[in-house]
Amino acid sequence: MMDVLQWDGTLSAKDFRIGAVAFAQKWESLNLAFPPWSWVPCPKHPWLASPQEEGYLSLEKICISMPQEEDVDQTSQTDPGEEDASCLGNKDVIDDATLVQSNQDGLHHYDFHIVYSNIFKVPVLYFRAYYGDGRPLPLDEIEKELPECSSNELSKSKWTFITQEEHPYLKRPWYKLHPCGTGEWMKLLFLSDTAQPKSQMVVELYLLSWFSVVGQVVGLRIPSKMLNGC
Amino acid sequence: MEAHKYVWEGAIPLQIHLHESQVTTLPPPPPALILAPRIGYLPLLAPLIKPYFSSTLPPGVDTIWFEYKGLPLKWYIPTGVLFDLLCPEPERPWNITVHFRGYPGNVLIPCEGEDSVKWSFINSLKEAAYIINGNCKNVMNMSQSDQLELWSSVMSDFELYLWFLEGNLEAYQRVSSKLKIATVEDEYTSFYASKSQQGIGETDLAGQVKTGRVAVRLYVWSVSEDFDDLEDMPQPDSWEKISYINRPVEIQKEGKCFTLHDALKVLLPENFPDESLNVKLAAVDFENTLKIPSEDVSSDKVGEEQEQNAYKQVGASCVSGSAEIKLIRIQGIEPKLEIPFSWVVNNLMNPDYFLHICVCVKVPK
Repeated sequence: MMDVLQWDGTLSAKDFRIGAVAFAQKWESLNLAFPPWSWVPCPKHPWLASPQEEGYLSLEKICISMPQEEDVDQTSQTDPGEEDASCLGNKDVIDDATLVQSNQDGLHHYDFHIVYSNIFKVPVLYFRAYYGDGRPLPLDEIEKELPECSSNELSKSKWTFITQEEHPYLKRPWYKLHPCGTGEWMKLLFLSDTAQPKSQMVVELYLLSWFSVVGQVVGLRIPSKMLNGC
Repeated sequence: MEAHKYVWEGAIPLQIHLHESQVTTLPPPPPALILAPRIGYLPLLAPLIKPYFSSTLPPGVDTIWFEYKGLPLKWYIPTGVLFDLLCPEPERPWNITVHFRGYPGNVLIPCEGEDSVKWSFINSLKEAAYIINGNCKNVMNMSQSDQLELWSSVMSDFELYLWFLEGNLEAYQRVSSKLKIATVEDEYTSFYASKSQQGIGETDLAGQVKTGRVAVRLYVWSVSEDFDDLEDMPQPDSWEKISYINRPVEIQKEGKCFTLHDALKVLLPENFPDESLNVKLAAVDFENTLKIPSEDVSSDKVGEEQEQNAYKQVGASCVSGSAEIKLIRIQGIEPKLEIPFSWVVNNLMNPDYFLHICVCVKVPK
């Protein structure tokens, strides 16, 4: 626990691990239509200093689709027809978006990784998108599927908002939400949290709060029940 | 001449061959001979390379990429660093292959020309600013015109250089000083800076904030065999074998001078199990090491023997079953470990404010 006023919004690698475990547990306990996040440990090189086990959170093979205009009133869940794809069907999870099957080339799949940044000392969301056959989805296709405010932001500051970079562990090109400024808005988030009487930063809540903001950018919203009663 | 200027003007002679799959004419075109700035990036050379090969390329859309001995080259790594990393025994000219088709999108991040490189550079700068200053506001708040000027001072330098004109170091210094990215306090470099300041115009050294934090990009590759000469050193042939990390290094100010060796201990502690090393290197005569900046930085003749002995001591003490550093290269130089780290940073860092260090480590099998 730490007084939020003295805090800069960041967390240590060790606290990231604690927060990640807490986040994954909470997510799973809510029994959403999503599969659970899993912690992927990373191999250490013998010559590199790495005080504790490094790793990242992984949630893969999600399909996201934002509603076409004519489907806004649709509430039924359609069967994606893919056994290993978990889709957003729970109405609690997405406010207005409902499950809609993509009508071009089958489904679009997303993999999400939450990776710790040693430089900015905050979590970073990495993601990639691909067609059912594994071919990567181009950015303009992804843009169509993002919530409107995200795609607006993307068109304004393409290179600084979502960048394509090498995944720090997998060494392949992934998209990443740029973490600049994360420390600042995390601090604001905790400061404005009226549920916490003394403005304490609780490590176990860090990732939940962080994801409540970041997840929205890519169309994943945490239901409010997940944030209450922590 | 100021070491920083040397670094800015450092270049790698490239002999660029078009990949045979894209040669449609007989006889095949001869390779292009191009001098690439160390601090620059390969895709920026596209406008120079294309004219050599455009008449022989098959029809289609061009997306340039490079490879060396089958290894696709990561375009966001500065050219000089790629050379130091992949060519431990320097090959001059460096023979690399250019492709205009078949971009390996599963291995390389897409590159849409100069824009991609520019944004990658700005993102690096943000990271460095964050490490050094604790925030990247100054980079993010850079005006459009400053951004352009910063970028073109890095970019256009090579175009100018190729016509053998003066490098644009002054323009870079003018804009980068506005960023107020804190610099490392360094009595060796400021001596030279004050001398050459008459030529530079409005550099605001007096207003610079001093820091103890340095942004370092470390590229480590490991070998399992021992070798005596650089010629026998196995070259890294896959990116899996190269670990690449960003690390901040905090320079300790108290006590004796913080050397390159001390910095490496922070970055790669597993390679320095023997604490008595500190004692041995502290005994080195610093008067001799101070002469180094005034010499041609690529020459290691100054006090060579004395420092060679110190270096050998480092090597010998590390053979204890753990990893051992075999080679350290920064801007093409193998600096002696006793050189003050502040000097290394101030003179050898790249325009993105990162110090790129290539290290070869021998690990027991």
